[in-house]
Amino acid sequence: MAAGAWPLRLSARPMTGSTDRRWRVAAGLAAVAALAVFLGGACFALLTQADAAPDLFALASDRYLRGVVLFTLEQAALSTLLAVAGALPLAVALHRARFPGRGLVLRLFLLPQALPVLVGALAIIAVWGRNGVVSDLVATLGFDRLNVYGLSGILIAHTFFNLPLAARLMVAALDGVPAESWKLAGQLSLTPLTTFRILEWPAIRTALPGATSLIFMLCVTSFTLVLTLGGGPGATTLEVAIYQALRYDFDPGLAVFLALIQIVLTGLAVAITLRLGRTTAGGFTLGRRARRYDPHQGFVRALDLAVLTVGIAFVLSPFIATIVAGLRSDLIALLADPNVQRAAMTSGVVAIAAATLAVLLAAPLLLARQALERSSSSRGRAAWRGLFELSGSLVLVVPPIVIGAGWFLLLRQVTDVFAAAPFVVVATNAVMAMPFIVRILAPALATSAQRHDRLAESLGLFGLARLRHVEWPALKAPLALSFAFALALSLGDLGAMALFGSQDFITLPYLLLQRMGSYRTADAAGLALLLGVLCLALMALAERGFRGEEGR
Amino acid sequence: MFFGAITPAAAQEEKPSLTVYTYESFVTDYGPGPQIKAGFEAVCGCTVKWVGLEDGVAILNRLKLEGASTSAEVVVGLDTNLIAEARATGLFAPHGTDTSAVDVPGGFSDQVFIPYDYGWFAVVYDSEAIDAPPQSLEELVSGDPEEKIAIEDPRSSTPGLGLLLWMKKVYGDGAEAKWREFSERILTVTPGWSEAYGLLTSGEVPMVLSYTTSPAYHLIEEESDRYHAAAFDEGHYIQIEVAGRIASSEHPDLARDFLAYLISPAAQNVLPTTNWMLPAAETASPLPGAFEQLVTPDKTLSFDPQTVADSRRAWTQEWLQALGR
Repeated sequence: MAAGAWPLRLSARPMTGSTDRRWRVAAGLAAVAALAVFLGGACFALLTQADAAPDLFALASDRYLRGVVLFTLEQAALSTLLAVAGALPLAVALHRARFPGRGLVLRLFLLPQALPVLVGALAIIAVWGRNGVVSDLVATLGFDRLNVYGLSGILIAHTFFNLPLAARLMVAALDGVPAESWKLAGQLSLTPLTTFRILEWPAIRTALPGATSLIFMLCVTSFTLVLTLGGGPGATTLEVAIYQALRYDFDPGLAVFLALIQIVLTGLAVAITLRLGRTTAGGFTLGRRARRYDPHQGFVRALDLAVLTVGIAFVLSPFIATIVAGLRSDLIALLADPNVQRAAMTSGVVAIAAATLAVLLAAPLLLARQALERSSSSRGRAAWRGLFELSGSLVLVVPPIVIGAGWFLLLRQVTDVFAAAPFVVVATNAVMAMPFIVRILAPALATSAQRHDRLAESLGLFGLARLRHVEWPALKAPLALSFAFALALSLGDLGAMALFGSQDFITLPYLLLQRMGSYRTADAAGLALLLGVLCLALMALAERGFRGEEGR
Repeated sequence: MFFGAITPAAAQEEKPSLTVYTYESFVTDYGPGPQIKAGFEAVCGCTVKWVGLEDGVAILNRLKLEGASTSAEVVVGLDTNLIAEARATGLFAPHGTDTSAVDVPGGFSDQVFIPYDYGWFAVVYDSEAIDAPPQSLEELVSGDPEEKIAIEDPRSSTPGLGLLLWMKKVYGDGAEAKWREFSERILTVTPGWSEAYGLLTSGEVPMVLSYTTSPAYHLIEEESDRYHAAAFDEGHYIQIEVAGRIASSEHPDLARDFLAYLISPAAQNVLPTTNWMLPAAETASPLPGAFEQLVTPDKTLSFDPQTVADSRRAWTQEWLQALGR
């Protein structure tokens, strides 16, 4: 937008601090209201659609359902543990080691989040499956081939998707340690162990509750992975059971019951993490690394090299598998296929709309929260802050599949469901991206507020002028990253598509699933590669485009 | 609707359009959909609009979900195991079509549903990975747990439901215990046939639950005899795929004509080499030679539709308990 187009004030009277706050809170409340209508509407529809109240007692004593709940918790806890425990040495090594490609590695660690889950699942099978590279290796050593279906596969896949995320959050925390501390540590020639104890661990510890809770929630609500790698009733999560109750059994009553359990579980997880520490989840910095002065040689150097090699190989191998399998297919023919082109167009439009909506919803929430932070805080306001903070993550509690099903049931009474389907999918995808966006934007916003709040107040900088001079510069890059994340998430989404896909509304992941059938496995591999490349390219472009504006 | 297809030419707009719900593999470029559509459109002066859902079970659930507001006018792809439930939705109208040409094993005749093709469920195996395929369901259930099979979920797919009924037919009350034993051998339970079959062709698993006709695809399209169907002593459960029309259709005559076309020699000719099932009525030309190499079961197993409708939920629950944790 041209700079001149920004009106400096909204009314004739100059804006004051409190009007500014009021505007921001109002915008935030509008976003909360939109979210409440969208999520609440879906729940309402499900509750009213359930013909008979489910027999709660019978359901609660159902052995299979108990197994589902236990498995949901077990796999999420183990996945989180693996991701966090694996990320810890990796983050320390990444921060400590000095090598030219470090920025590249950090970027690589961003990729799994952008890779469509379905593509990731295919790649995990290619690497870790019975016929995969690792199994071949294990078999030549005389051991049994690996079994990637069930718990083991889910754990590998969840670790692949979440370990890099955890590592980045920890590196970001390490980057937050003041430069003076590193200098001092260097001057005092602290041993690596002491440095870890005094500097690194305390920094990482601040990021732990946020990272752990985020990953735990992502694993609890995991859908596509469990559906593709779960391997049946023995490894079903609540999220998948909800989907199955609607799609397989057509039993809204059971779905509502399962959704309630899901909400209670995730709600408990949130409550526990809030008790553990009130720090926000931290963020992914785009910032540059801190300079370190501690010696890096000998054993430590070798150790870091080993950790980094294993870590990078683990994260990189599924990408390589996707590329190798994809290149074997007839990509030219796929690209020329009008069905593929149409699905790509649909995916693109859906993703752009969803990403835009996600940013438009998340930004006001965070600005409102920040505005309340600025105000002379009273007790009531803390509750409001909590409302804004939590509503961005609501979708982790109310699963997308429930949202989709609820709207499906509601809309069929008023309109043609298929005409409305794209809008529901866009909105669901947008809401799904919000927890990520909140975590990317919130730290940037907090930092900016810390630096500029007083100055802005003393200059009387309010309203749009403040947005333009204070928030916009600080948020530009993280916004781009958020947008890119939302784009990639939406491009790769299958969960929301599951109920709404039809011949008239086919996205790339949906087409991929179709091609996996019809005996066209090579096409599926090719599509997986195209989808993967598209997601990553869009993300790179969005990120670069916004940063270019900054003139870096 | 901003996502919709670009509006077709005005001339096409004037033609009535017939909405047909079916399963996805039916309407892909390689399935029978495109040829059936072209063939019917050439004579009906209408446009066929496919809606491809995941599977027959998904079609039934979608119909239940949509109820009277469904936009479906014809449904292709339910099977005899689902028709009692489908009938119970009250959405279907009698087909009103001459079905004298239809001939399926065990015979099937119904006022509402018309069979258009059939096949027997079978374990299809990779002969390069398995030397001694199971000769019976019992051998399959109790075989080497290291030799895995991929099966489909009975809640979401017709082959999965087929295996559930097959086990029930052979083992009756002992089915749950047999499922427990069998679970050691199951690599994974996929939502649909496509995913399971993909696991076989990608070498992830040496056996998969599919159809006796599946090897015909490999013989004809790939000229490969690598994949075989195992013949089981106990007999094979049959799947008869059916079509029906929805009472609320805006074009009841077109819907009736479509059903008649589906069992005409022209349409029947398309099905064996695209849907890879056996024709339910006379085809325009003889079946390709590859079909003679297929396993033809000595004994055909099936339950009557009402028994399936009455017990499906309980039997599925039993299956869940057996395979759950």
